[in-house]
Amino acid sequence: MNVLEIDNVTKRFGSLVAVGGVSIAVAKGELRAIIGPNGAGKTTFFNLISGFFPPSTGRIVFDGADVTLVPAHRRVELGMARTFQVTEIFPELTVFDNLRIATEAANGHRQSFWMAREQKLKIGRLVEETLELVGLRPKAYRLVGELSHGDQRAAEIAMALSLRPHLVLLDEPTAGMGDQETYEVTKLVRQLHQSGNFTIVLIEHDMRVVFHLADKISVLDRGRLLAEGTPQSIAANEAVQEAYLGKAA
Amino acid sequence: MKAGENSRKLVVLALIWAVLLFAPFWMPPLGGYTALGTRVLVLALAAMSVNFLLGFTGVLSFGHAAYFGLGAYGAGFALKFLAPSTPLSLLCGTLLGGIAGALLGALIVRRRGVYFAMVTIAFGQVFYYIAFQWSSLTGGDDGLRGFSRQPLHFGLFSIDILSSTNAFYYFVLFCFAAAVAVMGFILGSPFGRSMIAIRENERRARFLGIPIERHIWIAFTLSCFFMGFAGALYALLNNFADPRGLHYSQSGDFVMMAVMGGMRNFWGPLLGAAVFVVLQDYLSSITVNWMSFVGLLFVAMVLFFPRGLLGVIARRSAA
Repeated sequence: MNVLEIDNVTKRFGSLVAVGGVSIAVAKGELRAIIGPNGAGKTTFFNLISGFFPPSTGRIVFDGADVTLVPAHRRVELGMARTFQVTEIFPELTVFDNLRIATEAANGHRQSFWMAREQKLKIGRLVEETLELVGLRPKAYRLVGELSHGDQRAAEIAMALSLRPHLVLLDEPTAGMGDQETYEVTKLVRQLHQSGNFTIVLIEHDMRVVFHLADKISVLDRGRLLAEGTPQSIAANEAVQEAYLGKAA
Repeated sequence: MKAGENSRKLVVLALIWAVLLFAPFWMPPLGGYTALGTRVLVLALAAMSVNFLLGFTGVLSFGHAAYFGLGAYGAGFALKFLAPSTPLSLLCGTLLGGIAGALLGALIVRRRGVYFAMVTIAFGQVFYYIAFQWSSLTGGDDGLRGFSRQPLHFGLFSIDILSSTNAFYYFVLFCFAAAVAVMGFILGSPFGRSMIAIRENERRARFLGIPIERHIWIAFTLSCFFMGFAGALYALLNNFADPRGLHYSQSGDFVMMAVMGGMRNFWGPLLGAAVFVVLQDYLSSITVNWMSFVGLLFVAMVLFFPRGLLGVIARRSAA
């Protein structure tokens, strides 16, 4: 069964066509990588999936339901969570509070003025579990803004996971990281994938990471879907090589 | 680490309440007078209401005096035209400020940043000119007169808060404590944390499934209820309500108190209001241009201590 179906989606900004007639389908439990040169429309594509803005034309189906015009915060309730290219966290709060806000929001407490004791304990337990999952427990009471780049990214992924999503969208999770940090984050993503609880779509620049992780790869170039297939078939694809390396003279 | 922080918080809290509780005893020997303390409390509550939005939701309203002034007129009208009852006047003032805030807030929260501030000023000035022009009801520029706070009746006994300034101080302190307790409770709730999430990172908050506009509207409305309550107390303090209480320069004063005291800190505006009111009281007896000195102090504070007085103190004691 497909968790996500993008049907002939186009996004125009004035006369610029950022995404033009792209269709992809992502199966349950799959890890799909989206790659492409700079300016290929990858992040715009992500913004369409997560509901940051609606497409100009086309249809987006999530879990069999049409969500094309559903606002971002409602898509979160339906089980979709994302991270951003530039880490988006609450820098002046502790790791624990970052995750607590996310967990409370996910458990229907975003508008509560009061919580019963067992509710509070339950939220605390869920936060502890997520901290454990991403390995941030020792840093739970540090301010997120003071953590290393890699740990901040782990915290952001943890916030996305706190929403108990089944579709996770990761926008360049290893952007701007050193080798060690890249390794840690890649390990975390693979661990999530292997748990079988998540369908994951990620944008990534680092080809080692992509070929290491992905079940299937979709290549965007100038807003269009250039190729799609297994890592092996993409590596061998001439059109893809051309888009990345420029036409051989 | 957490336990130490908690016990330090308790000590600070005990200190604040002790200072407030004994103000009528320590203020006169230092050259103050009790009514000055009452004024600090009322304006501090208003500044804390502004800070509820500014410091904890990250939204700057530059027209909050409108809801403060509406609270004052609401209390005045209730005493003058409805019934001679202090609690009723507080209720009317709070409702008038809060309901006006709820209605206008629904229009205002669609804007952000500078536009938000501009729209709040514009709506604030609308109320100022209504109060100024509608002389038959509001007394126009002369203000609303002809009412005074009434003794509190508790069946067996009653408390005269009109002639005893100490009794009135404690009445206002009680109201202040109640309002501040509610405010603290809200900020400690999941909703309060969602406000802080919006302040910290609106985009992230949206993608946690928090409906930003609705939450800012709720925070705005709550803050206007607190503002109306503070305004009603202000009318009782002066036995008078005038259009200047609605003016945007009054809104500016509240923002100044919050920023000077430290807007990331719950108690910051209380300290800011105390400094502001005491300086005003002292300087205005020396020069009519007292505001230039307060303004200079404000500029210096923002330049050198952007976290405000309490921010500096908190950092010192943490280090």
